[in-house]
Amino acid sequence: MSTITTPLSGPHTHAQRSTGQIMALVTFALLPATAFGFYLFGWPAFNLWLLTIVSALLSEAVTLWIARKPVLFYLGDGSALLSAWLLAMTLPPWAPWWIAVMGGVIAIVLGKQVFGGIGQNLFNPAMLARVVLLISFPVELTSWVTPQVIGGSTSPSFIEGLMITFRGYTIDTVSSASVLGHVRTEVSAGHHLSTLMSQMPSPEDMGLGFMSGSMGETSAAFIIMGGIFLIYKRIITWHIPAAMLASTALLAMIMHGANPERYVGAGFHLTAGGIMLGAFFIATDLVTSPSTPLGKIIFGAGCGGLVYVIRTWGGYPEGVAFAVMLMNAMTPLIDHYIRPRIYGHKRRGVSLTYSGKRLESAHKFETKND
Amino acid sequence: MANEYRQIIRNGLWDNNVTFTQMLALCPLMAVTSTATNGLGMGLATTFVLIISNMTISIFRNVTTPEVRIPVFVLLIAAIVTLVDMAMNAWLHELHKVLGLFIPLIVTNCAILGRAEAFASRNSVLPSMVDGLTMGLGFTFGLVVMGIVREITASGTLFANASSLLGSTFSFMEVTIIHDYRGFLLMMLPPGGFLAMGFLLAGKRILDKRISAANRRRQQIVNITPAPQHA
Repeated sequence: MSTITTPLSGPHTHAQRSTGQIMALVTFALLPATAFGFYLFGWPAFNLWLLTIVSALLSEAVTLWIARKPVLFYLGDGSALLSAWLLAMTLPPWAPWWIAVMGGVIAIVLGKQVFGGIGQNLFNPAMLARVVLLISFPVELTSWVTPQVIGGSTSPSFIEGLMITFRGYTIDTVSSASVLGHVRTEVSAGHHLSTLMSQMPSPEDMGLGFMSGSMGETSAAFIIMGGIFLIYKRIITWHIPAAMLASTALLAMIMHGANPERYVGAGFHLTAGGIMLGAFFIATDLVTSPSTPLGKIIFGAGCGGLVYVIRTWGGYPEGVAFAVMLMNAMTPLIDHYIRPRIYGHKRRGVSLTYSGKRLESAHKFETKND
Repeated sequence: MANEYRQIIRNGLWDNNVTFTQMLALCPLMAVTSTATNGLGMGLATTFVLIISNMTISIFRNVTTPEVRIPVFVLLIAAIVTLVDMAMNAWLHELHKVLGLFIPLIVTNCAILGRAEAFASRNSVLPSMVDGLTMGLGFTFGLVVMGIVREITASGTLFANASSLLGSTFSFMEVTIIHDYRGFLLMMLPPGGFLAMGFLLAGKRILDKRISAANRRRQQIVNITPAPQHA
């Protein structure tokens, strides 16, 4: 009588968290920065956020229905909600309604479902949608406003907010360049940075987020708060954010040290634009980033280096979306060369010793390799 | 005999369509289909080259030995393309300017060498010409459909500048589908070509599945019809 029977289930440990729970925690970590975005830019920002999410959820439902997959099951995991939320945070806060709607549809249909749905996409859906929108509608995607703090005299009322979102109502006096765009145009016009800094928001304002920029990207402080919460909850590891921020900062320090009148410093690069949101929430996307610690460091450093290169010498003032997508394309290659250690083996495939002996099968494997 | 031609025509236009089934000649497909007119012009030029090249290769098929066939095919195709290039430059100058480099590049269009190798070199002249014509028309169909999809989504117009290709009598073809359209630049750029191609391919496969399912159903109905009783 044989003692070997077919195992009833695979010998794997089950992670305690479901996809839905992970997505809910990430969403929770986004709340402070999102709330600050609403506070800073008022009703139009809220409309934009809501429209992006509704259109993404509708596209997800329709594509799942076409693919004959269980609609409510996949909608309930919150991944479409999170993609749309992240996309909304990277859009200009007063963008018109159709930017939000198209962004949601592109993120879900082109960024996720054509690849086969959750877990199958090569690129981060939110960044893919942002890049498509930026290339197709450069004017709308680079129209920034100065902060119109809610409760202040210049903040648009609810009705005005609807006018801004749906009727393309613009108030010229509040439009402004983003800090990165401003520095870029002034420096390429031959101005020196030292004469420019007086027109810039103070470093404290930039760190807290009181400046023009995307809906949820301006506040480095609130995003770092959320990011640390995610690391503490072990949803992301420190590797990608640390490598990404460090490589940008290092390049900025070297270039700033070489020519301080032409290249802005590390502090500016880390607080301006979307790098904080990119480092903690976007580059760390579990589907599109490498799975090993070393792979993550290479991935993060690549993202950070590309961000600096695109911001400084590229065709656009901000490069987080392009950098993350380029490194997303590198992820399969990184995962191919940097593999996790197999349980019971050393990194190069050699079996670990057990009371001085090696397992027979592992020994064979080793001799074959020799 | 008629059945054989029907098969050739079916193959060229749908079953073995250059664009959507063989997926050959994708480079000119992506490059020139930003408008339907460009697609039509490119398709017609390629069709013309295909007919003539299939004809000449079929004529010489018994004297070209297998060892030298590829250089011979390429020389014949290159000569024909050069003639087409010069003719278009002379009589369709505006379109020639738009299509530019892609006309001489018809030489390297794998669909043409593919038909020479797969069909013309082993069939007689008339079937080869019919094959060239229908393959070319199938390719033109693919280019025009891609052009229609991309042009409408990118700029909201259809067959813009058609009169420069077909003469001023055809200016009625130039329609604006969406008025006051802001434009969707991505669809005019190469990624738009790949996107349109992907969705059209998926559409064709769905259609093919429907057709074969319908055929199966019809066959079943035939099968269960009782055979006529003999007295």
